Amino acid sequence: MIEKALKGNKGYWGWVAFLVAVILLGLYSYSKQLSYGLGVTGMGRDVSWGLYVAQFTFLVGVAASAVMVVLPYYLHDYKEFGKIVVIGEFLAVSAATICLLFILADMGHPDRVLNVLFYPHPKSMVFWDVQVMNGYLLLNIISGWTVLEAERKGVSPPKWIKPIIYLSVVWAISIHTVTAFLYSGTPGRHLWLTAILAPRFLASAFAVGPALLILISFILRKFANFDVGEKAISKLSLIATYAGLANFFFIGVEFFTAFYSNIPSHMHSLQYLFVGLDGKSQLVPWMWFSMIAGLVSVLVLLYQQRRPSNKLLIAACIGIFVSLWIDKGIGLIIGGFVPSPMEEVVEYFPTFIEISVTLGIWAIGLLILTALLKVTVAVKQAA
Amino acid sequence: MTENRRKFLKKSAGVIAGAGVVSGFISKYATGFADAATEKAVTKKKIRWGMVIDMRKCVSGCEKCIDACHLTHNVPDFDNPKDEIKWIWKSDYHKVFPSKSQQFVAAETREKPFLTLCNHCENPPCVKACPTGATFKQSDGIVEMDFHRCIGCRFCMAACPYGSRSFNWRNPRPAIKNITPDYPTREHGVVEKCNFCSERLAKGQQPSCVEACPEKVLTFGNLYDKNSEIRQVLKDNPTIQRKPELGTNPSVFYIT
Ligand code: SF4
Ligand code: SF4
Repeated sequence: MIEKALKGNKGYWGWVAFLVAVILLGLYSYSKQLSYGLGVTGMGRDVSWGLYVAQFTFLVGVAASAVMVVLPYYLHDYKEFGKIVVIGEFLAVSAATICLLFILADMGHPDRVLNVLFYPHPKSMVFWDVQVMNGYLLLNIISGWTVLEAERKGVSPPKWIKPIIYLSVVWAISIHTVTAFLYSGTPGRHLWLTAILAPRFLASAFAVGPALLILISFILRKFANFDVGEKAISKLSLIATYAGLANFFFIGVEFFTAFYSNIPSHMHSLQYLFVGLDGKSQLVPWMWFSMIAGLVSVLVLLYQQRRPSNKLLIAACIGIFVSLWIDKGIGLIIGGFVPSPMEEVVEYFPTFIEISVTLGIWAIGLLILTALLKVTVAVKQAA
Repeated sequence: MTENRRKFLKKSAGVIAGAGVVSGFISKYATGFADAATEKAVTKKKIRWGMVIDMRKCVSGCEKCIDACHLTHNVPDFDNPKDEIKWIWKSDYHKVFPSKSQQFVAAETREKPFLTLCNHCENPPCVKACPTGATFKQSDGIVEMDFHRCIGCRFCMAACPYGSRSFNWRNPRPAIKNITPDYPTREHGVVEKCNFCSERLAKGQQPSCVEACPEKVLTFGNLYDKNSEIRQVLKDNPTIQRKPELGTNPSVFYIT
């Protein structure tokens, strides 16, 4: 079936060539990082995680969000999602793959990565995260591929696939919960030490994922002459709307607890992110942009439920994506390190090498997604 | 006995056994407050190395303990905060004790550089966070590092609430002025921190910093030995620990 990814027009190959070029640049930068050490990045003793771990966190959400199409389709028999469900699963496959790559890129000793399995330490949340991420990746590859293969042959999917799909639903929740636990279990980082982190992660994931799927649907409609259906898109936008609302509600709750209780350590990181701390305010414009863009987008989504407009819908979906990427892909991780446990306010600026490795990994994800979608569309159009 | 009844009894026995396990699990966590837990640990284990830092005696400009430690352990000197590696260093009172009272602090305390190092916590969050066991707690209470197992994920750095850990962002060897052959040098990609001079204790020596201090600021000893000097110092002086509210139970105490 995979050979279908090798047939395409000029536009398709141009896009693939572009992605490969970005990947090569990333690989080159990564080779620099391997030989010099992580010192080539902007990370340091105080902000000891940066872009890589932040992308990982964001993308776990994208991966988990497949559940928002799988659940209605398989569990509630919502037929309108028939065309989008495999796309959702393949989005999860690409996202989960690059999650693992981002973890690898962040390691000081990637050559020793297997130590996590050789010396398993179940008390460490990383141990569980590695298990659930790999498991999730496998589950989605198996279910997406098997269902598509059956469709190509014009038969109904084998029975054994059902339990695997149900398992992937529960598993999706677990990957983002465990990822939240990586942070919310650390005693000295007040931005993370909050019970609402896991729910907030899930809410933002369920807003970003459907928004992305909507955007992908429009791209497929334009470039691949493939339509997932109006009803599917409108349902997805409804999911994104309410998940987005839940996400912003959770953020509001976070602010209330920190500022009404007036406990300095609980306020510090939020102050750093939104007004600046100790004269340092690098992320302030980003965070406000994220908040405003996110809220406006959710309102636009609500509005266009009543008066459907593709333009507004696309703009709102881009808005949600950018907003939540900043919130989770920058603010949450960097904010956790500022101030440091010794109350130092040290700012973090990613370097060119770090940014190009990051882009390279994103390009790998997009390449995988492109190939998988190419196959999907070819199969569905032939069917 | 009827078949049904037998089944019922079997089932209820299972339920009761299950409940027993659960309640055992619960009571394990129902230990009460820190004091009682510490007493329990004392009777079980024999050694828990600890340190008292008497800041009254510490001289502000002096760095003898720091130099001795960093020489003994081949700690590089990069001279920039981003790459910086430190095992023991001096910092402001409010940074070392952010959760202590910051109002109307005596100028003497406020302006004095405080010594800080890994606390060798009794409940170390860094050990819990480490996915490979490269950071581990020894039976003598010391939180040690295996530089050969560390994958450089820096989870321990995110987990340590005291900023005690450093990462080798680049090759440290060129930045070591005098290499001490008795202790391994590190390579880029691994985490390191104070080890309470584990290697010297094994030879019956005191930690480098303790030995190097001319003012006898540092008292080192076994916290579980009632007759030790350190226990005497703890008995005679009011002491504080860093962020005790986190339940990590630091083994480093301060007289301010
Ligand atoms: S002070 Fe930090 S590094 Fe040292 S044992 Fe405690 S948590 Fe671990
Ligand atoms: S950086 Fe090394 S010591 Fe720290 S958690 Fe990771 S493997 Fe363990």
